[in-house]
Amino acid sequence: MSISIKVNGREHTVDVDPSTPLLWVLRDELKLTGTKYGCGIAQCGACTVHLDGKPTRTCVLPLQSVGGREVTTIEGLDSQEAEAVQRAWTELDVPQCGYCQSGQVMSAVGLLQKTPKPDDAAIDSAMNGNVCRCASYVRIRGAIHQAARMLEG
Amino acid sequence: MTMQQDERFSPSRRRFLQGAGAAGVGLVIGFHWTLGVPRVFAAETGKAGQWAPNAFVRIAPDNTVTVISKHIEFGQGTYTGLATILADELDADWRQVRVESAPANAAVYGNALLGGIQGTGGSTAIANSWQQLRHAGATARAMLAAAAAKRWGVPVNEVQVSVGVVSHPGKGKRATFGDLAEAAAGQPVPDKVSLKDPSQFSLIGTRVGRVDAREKSTGEARFTLDVYLPDMLTAVMLRPPLFGAAVKSFDDSAARKVKGVVDVVQTPRGIAVLGEGFWPAKQGRDALKVEWDESKAEKRGSEELYEQYSKLTRQVGLEAETRGDPEKALAGAARVIDVEYRFPYLAHAPMEPLDAAIRPNDDGYEIWAGSQIQTIDQGAAAKALGVKPEKIAIHTLFGGGSFGRRATPIGDVVFEVASILKAAGGKRPIKLVWTREDDVQGGRYRPLYVHRLRGGLDQGGKPLVWHQRIVGQPIMKELGNLRKNGVDPSSVEGAEDLPYAFDNFAVDLHNTDVGIPVLWWRSVGHTHTAFSTETFMDELAHAAGEDPVAFRRRLLKDHPRHLGVLERAAKESGWGDPLPKGRARGVAVHKSFGSYVAEVVEVSKDDRGLPKVHRVVCAVDCGVAVNPHNIEAQMQSGIGFGLGAALYDEIVLEGGRPQQSNFDTYLPTRLTDMPEVEVHVVRSSEAPTGVGEPGTPPIAPAVANAWFALTGERVRQLPFKRAG
Repeated sequence: MSISIKVNGREHTVDVDPSTPLLWVLRDELKLTGTKYGCGIAQCGACTVHLDGKPTRTCVLPLQSVGGREVTTIEGLDSQEAEAVQRAWTELDVPQCGYCQSGQVMSAVGLLQKTPKPDDAAIDSAMNGNVCRCASYVRIRGAIHQAARMLEG
Repeated sequence: MTMQQDERFSPSRRRFLQGAGAAGVGLVIGFHWTLGVPRVFAAETGKAGQWAPNAFVRIAPDNTVTVISKHIEFGQGTYTGLATILADELDADWRQVRVESAPANAAVYGNALLGGIQGTGGSTAIANSWQQLRHAGATARAMLAAAAAKRWGVPVNEVQVSVGVVSHPGKGKRATFGDLAEAAAGQPVPDKVSLKDPSQFSLIGTRVGRVDAREKSTGEARFTLDVYLPDMLTAVMLRPPLFGAAVKSFDDSAARKVKGVVDVVQTPRGIAVLGEGFWPAKQGRDALKVEWDESKAEKRGSEELYEQYSKLTRQVGLEAETRGDPEKALAGAARVIDVEYRFPYLAHAPMEPLDAAIRPNDDGYEIWAGSQIQTIDQGAAAKALGVKPEKIAIHTLFGGGSFGRRATPIGDVVFEVASILKAAGGKRPIKLVWTREDDVQGGRYRPLYVHRLRGGLDQGGKPLVWHQRIVGQPIMKELGNLRKNGVDPSSVEGAEDLPYAFDNFAVDLHNTDVGIPVLWWRSVGHTHTAFSTETFMDELAHAAGEDPVAFRRRLLKDHPRHLGVLERAAKESGWGDPLPKGRARGVAVHKSFGSYVAEVVEVSKDDRGLPKVHRVVCAVDCGVAVNPHNIEAQMQSGIGFGLGAALYDEIVLEGGRPQQSNFDTYLPTRLTDMPEVEVHVVRSSEAPTGVGEPGTPPIAPAVANAWFALTGERVRQLPFKRAG
């Protein structure tokens, strides 16, 4: 059965079981490999994308539930907030193994788009669902603050 | 030395290379590593694809300097650290430096600290590469200078090399490395090169940015999960639910009906479902009906093992170390403390679930994996496929974490994917993906241990005797690395070499035989020995009525590097200064993998009744600090990793079955668990030692000691979540 979805501004039609989680459609069908598999039960956030701008876990989101909503993956990020986050991530050397960082970046960009100057409590609540087994958390927090300062100008 | 066609530059390989410039004519420097003495040679590099297989650096006409890393990068910063060492001696401009993974070839890329096999582990990457890469960089520099001298008709000692530029100021000559690469390749290899005095280092010791930071912030970094080969199938495997069980019979009719399932094959390690993508393969796997033969399976549970191990702590074990007469000293002590510690099985749960891809080619097979021990993986694939190891080419990709899990004595994941390929008829490329549940329930755990510690003090509180007995599965048995008397050194490391001065001292060990596959877990034996020794020291200090730092200081007077980090952490943390009500401090100091780390923590009690760690002050002495910013990152990482495990984690076996399965039951450290971490790197001119693991051992005992200071409660069984 063919299903259409809009990813990074483009329409795609895929022919897979409609219950397939969006994560595996992005990866196995569209080869958008920035979005990662970590747990499959929405506990780690490695699979985070933006759905109509809102950070969403794709490992438990069936393709059939996406509907006409706009999917943005890390490959499709194109905003001041994204630029600031990725710059801060690089300047502070946040990534270690790096596997979770697409998800971390997507959550951080989502946070800054909603809350341009987040305090630590806002960072806690936006980022606590994103697991980093390397525990790069000190720098993640620092980079979000730094990105917020960059955006202030 | 022979020149060989190098498969690294096949088209398929190139797609996965990190920032690899086009291969062209240039200079290649490498070593033949014999008996630990580097013999330098260089090879003229011909047209693209004609490279000596044992190169550590490639300088191309486009002025890129490519450092070949024989070690996997899985977070610990190896690519950056190795490139820093070589680039410093080369006097390269950091901006021209790229890093690329070495192919599997132990003769060239062996790790002298791992017995010569090619592999990464034991925090050895920097330590075993330090002299090797400095020589490689210095040799390339000397040859570039010689080529310039010849070209400009000047004495070589008048040629300067600095920040990627070769020059002769007197004649106003300048050239880039790229300009000189071809000419340098024709220069004789110097017999001897002089290495820099540490005061001349330009990159080592400075804050050099990670070479992989950008691509890991944009989603572009390639991991094994991201390998998509033409016509590739994805495999998901069903493994026995009990360790040691085997397939009796299976029914795959439902699995084969799943849309997208292509094949179902039986292998020595389980039944694999092959599908056009992960989801069909997993749906198929979940639809398999299997009858298991559990007659030989391990059916004991964790509680049963704890009780059996506890009984063993009452019997004399294999001797690891003895000084003086501990039993006599215990009998004569005015005060004896006799306690037991319990440590659970632990899973590694690296962020990227285990995976590997394979493809047959004209000459053998290519494997893509986060391969931690390439030599073992090569052998495992060769065994599964019935070919010689040299027929297996390994592309080592970024690993999404490991913490030890990607290094098994049997190359389990690579063996599996090769077995699947063989069983499936060996035509289409295959990528095997473990689910998170497969990972958490799949074994290769940090073993369960029980320790018994006895210590004695005299009337005045002077410590007289230390006796430690350890019970657990020997990780090294599978590799045949036990001592003559049966002691597994990895079970007693960090205990038998206790730095504190005790005239009467003994450590002994019981190896147990349990059918649970076990493995090293970030810092190996130190994961448990640091906890028992450092919390027991705290008990003795309190029994002696002495401050825990002062007590340690007195017993460490012959160990200046332990003392150095202890004093530094105490000073920077304000040890002894008053704290707000409801907070307390704890300290631990421990040496592992040649590096010395002390940590002082500040804790309070959270609303779950668990320790909330607010601040960690960490002092580390790892010899020359190659990259202080990375040392800081690794200390933070080791602390965060160890803290989550200490607070929350255990794999509990019931009837042999792991009860935890995913991040909802095996809780990872999260952002809100993470304390502030302040890292102080002690200045040292000793050769550098590792930092990937040494941050982990002190955190759990430091927290337990702070918890005692806060609550008066001794935690002797991990994790805190059950004990607290």
